[in-house]
Amino acid sequence: MSNEKIQAGLDKYNASVEKATAKFPERAHIPEQRLYTPLDIKDTDYADEIGFPGMYPYTRGVQPTMYRGRFWTMRMYAGFSTAAESNKRYRYLIESGATGLSCAFDLPTQIGYDSDDPISEGEVGKVGVAIDSLADMEVLFDQIDLGKVSTSMTINAPASVLLAMYIAVAEKQGVPADQLKGTIQNDILKEYAARGTYIFPPRPSMRLITNIFEYCSKNVPKWNTISISGYHIREAGSTASQEIAFTIADGIAYCEAAIKAGLHIDDFAGRLSFFWNAHNNVLEEVAKFRASRRVWAKVMKERFHAEKPKSMMLRVHTQTAGSMLTAQQPNNNIIRVALQTAAAVMGGTQSLHTNSRDEALALPTEESVMIALRTQQIVAYESGLADVIDPLAGSYYVEALTNKIEKEAWEYINKIDEIGGAVAAIEKGYIQKEIQDSAYKWQMDVESGAKTIVGVNKFQIEEEPPKGLLKVDASVGVAQCKRLADMKAKRDNEAVKAALADLKKACQDENENLMPHILNAVRTYATLGEICGVMREVFGEYEAHVNL
Amino acid sequence: MEKRIRVLVAKPGLDGHDRGAKVVARALRDAGFEVIYTGLRQTPEQIAEAALQEDVNVVAMSILSGAHPHLFPKVVNLVREKGMTDVLIIGGGVIPETDIPALKEAGIAEVFTPGTPTGDIVDFIKANVK
Amino acid sequence: MDIAEELLKGNRLALSRAITAIENEYDDALDIMKKLYPHTGHAYVLGITGPPGAGKSTLTDKLAKAYRAQGKTVGIIAIDPTSPFTGGAILGDRIRMNSLTMDEGVFIRSMGTRGSLGGLSHKTADAVKAMDAFGKDIIFVETVGVGQSEVDIVKAADTTMVVLIPGMGDDIQAIKAGILEIGDVFTINKADHDGADKLVREMNMMLDLDGMMTDWRPPIQKVIASQNEGITETIENIEKHFQYISNNGILTKRRTERSKNEMMDVLHNNIGSYITKKLVETGEMDKYVEQIKARETDPYTVVGNIMKSMLK
Repeated sequence: MSNEKIQAGLDKYNASVEKATAKFPERAHIPEQRLYTPLDIKDTDYADEIGFPGMYPYTRGVQPTMYRGRFWTMRMYAGFSTAAESNKRYRYLIESGATGLSCAFDLPTQIGYDSDDPISEGEVGKVGVAIDSLADMEVLFDQIDLGKVSTSMTINAPASVLLAMYIAVAEKQGVPADQLKGTIQNDILKEYAARGTYIFPPRPSMRLITNIFEYCSKNVPKWNTISISGYHIREAGSTASQEIAFTIADGIAYCEAAIKAGLHIDDFAGRLSFFWNAHNNVLEEVAKFRASRRVWAKVMKERFHAEKPKSMMLRVHTQTAGSMLTAQQPNNNIIRVALQTAAAVMGGTQSLHTNSRDEALALPTEESVMIALRTQQIVAYESGLADVIDPLAGSYYVEALTNKIEKEAWEYINKIDEIGGAVAAIEKGYIQKEIQDSAYKWQMDVESGAKTIVGVNKFQIEEEPPKGLLKVDASVGVAQCKRLADMKAKRDNEAVKAALADLKKACQDENENLMPHILNAVRTYATLGEICGVMREVFGEYEAHVNL
Repeated sequence: MEKRIRVLVAKPGLDGHDRGAKVVARALRDAGFEVIYTGLRQTPEQIAEAALQEDVNVVAMSILSGAHPHLFPKVVNLVREKGMTDVLIIGGGVIPETDIPALKEAGIAEVFTPGTPTGDIVDFIKANVK
Repeated sequence: MDIAEELLKGNRLALSRAITAIENEYDDALDIMKKLYPHTGHAYVLGITGPPGAGKSTLTDKLAKAYRAQGKTVGIIAIDPTSPFTGGAILGDRIRMNSLTMDEGVFIRSMGTRGSLGGLSHKTADAVKAMDAFGKDIIFVETVGVGQSEVDIVKAADTTMVVLIPGMGDDIQAIKAGILEIGDVFTINKADHDGADKLVREMNMMLDLDGMMTDWRPPIQKVIASQNEGITETIENIEKHFQYISNNGILTKRRTERSKNEMMDVLHNNIGSYITKKLVETGEMDKYVEQIKARETDPYTVVGNIMKSMLK
């Protein structure tokens, strides 16, 4: 059918429904256009813009065979309390069919404080496992073969230290560093912009990140050195377009920092990975995944002149949207997570964490975690969504939406370039303000009823408080502090002192790669707090920019 | 007289999830309150001292990490010790229903859990500030 | 508690409550001020103004720390605009001074402009006095320099510092014109950003052309407040200005003028409210308004009659 004929048909259709234009006052956010046709994608060149899986611009997926080769990695984020408790949960997950580990650390660990620091009071073991030194890391991975498992660690400001501990544990297991597989999040820019667990100011933070890029390209080549994260930007309230735009802008900043430090783009770009949120609007999310791959491929090819295909591939881990879980009628969350899973899978994710129904209330119980993992398995094996590659390609709506999100993302990226890049945009508070404005708008839409959240502002019921939530005992903190004290009494304190002095000297010399020095310190059982303390002394601490 | 309700919005503890705190801060401003926002990683001592210097009517805290049983009561005690006996202290965040009675016992006037409309918080403050 | 008495004993809560009484125009505010007044006049008052985003709070934070290192006690009054639509305000300056909160030698108070623009400078001046009576050595008054009321506030300071940043485009022209005459000391913050040198050149040129030049040529200092660079020099500039106005009798003159303004403010306020109260009580207010509306008389005649009857 020619475009003229389609246009004529569309006009006739529009005339016929003109009077019947449905008004959905309670669904004010739905797209204005009710029907999409070939006319909406008439300017989209299939070969240039959509193409084939495993080929530039990777709109349809980064691997040629996608889930026809193997499913995504079902990776469940877990960790709480002590290393021994978390080790038990990890082994339970591996026995249940999880194919990758994902470590959650408690907040003192994420901010580089030991469990016995006064600021850690009340936080030890709460949102993840407490790691003070190599001794805890050894327990965390006890009886888990680091040569076989792939481990993702949600750690950012002190990522270098935790990675060093992982390498040291592997050494003790007899696994060489070049066999290690996994990811550290290591994405400090989104910490400033959205997640809040920063330590040092941007400049030394960017140095630590490029040090890791450089060290790993030589010594831990299978390791994903960064997971550039839109997840938390979305959780903080951004829109889908903002999520990928701000994250890709961060990615550009990391590449520029690494290139400035003397690395070649193709030496590290293949180890960059991304982290998206799978939110509620299924088709918008699918379009977002597709658009993000296309934008990144263009950035790498046109801006950085990457040559290796791997450098141009946006490989992504996904987590279902934690902020969309409701405390009201928590079992409804199972359905939300299932739809979000469908979106991530149709969007072509490389790995996925599914949230548990009770996470708006507390850490998930074992039973809830099992349902969340089973959700992935049902989508994989039963739903048919993983049977063909990029099944929504060619949908007039999804292709048009992919174009729209890409366009909006470029507008933001250009704006951030004008400001002077992601670091400057964060220092000016621009990115934070954009996110906050979107978050506020979302909340006001929910409160006015323009947006419906089932069980929250519509279809509410009287509920009994949920039972059987997981609680981390307050005694965990006491026990962990005792472990730490015992460890300190046993270690060679002279060796620790020497290693920390050496690290301090290295920090002061901007041309020195810090990784070997950190690894050195970790091996002496210097604690995370001691190591980060030395770096705090030299680098100072970041002060947040808030513009409400 | 030109009295305004003054609210200190603070995040005690170490978690960086300030979406809720910021949305609440803006909603309180839009309700005509004066909001002093102190941001992340505030110790109970800092919060109490800021409440004193700013002579606020309300201290509103948000915690998502689970550290509330430890930190909320500590703030209440410190604020009261400073002689601010009539300050309304409220909390919010990921807080299990079962923890709420103990928090109220400790002097937290009200606990707002996820999904609470900001209007409810505004109404509560208006009804309870002395 | 007796707020004034407790304040003079060093009770921090009393200082806080005194400022609230001033801000909210509580009935006891006047009594408090009466008791505090004899204890004022010791603090050095530093006004800090400049456009939004100039980094005033960060600069204040660093300057306060530097003064603390000299052993001086510090009071800070940080003023943010109140929304004219809702009457609410986000008072966000404190977040940049969080590390000062636990220093007992520092007291920070955030204030909203609350729409009463005329009254604001008067209230700020009283809040400064409360901190002065409390014993603070240096008192910072930080405010966005965009309107006349803000200019009035900083004019009440002993030294007024204007903070600018490079890269503000055309806005800067208007701002510069308005602040040239009030700045005793200029600070170019974020001096590592592009355009800092150009801004310094422009400022120098404008100051040199300025016809009202006195013996004091305002210095211009480049600063990167976030990295603590240029802070020592800025403090030296403030010190030099202090020396200058002390040695030339300007400080005495300014303080005399301030005393006069204070008295006139109180006078206007008191007479105004006294007369208004009387007129309302007797019902004369409504009567006069009606007569004026009907053009039976005019406001000038009415006020003349009131003056004659009430102020004889």
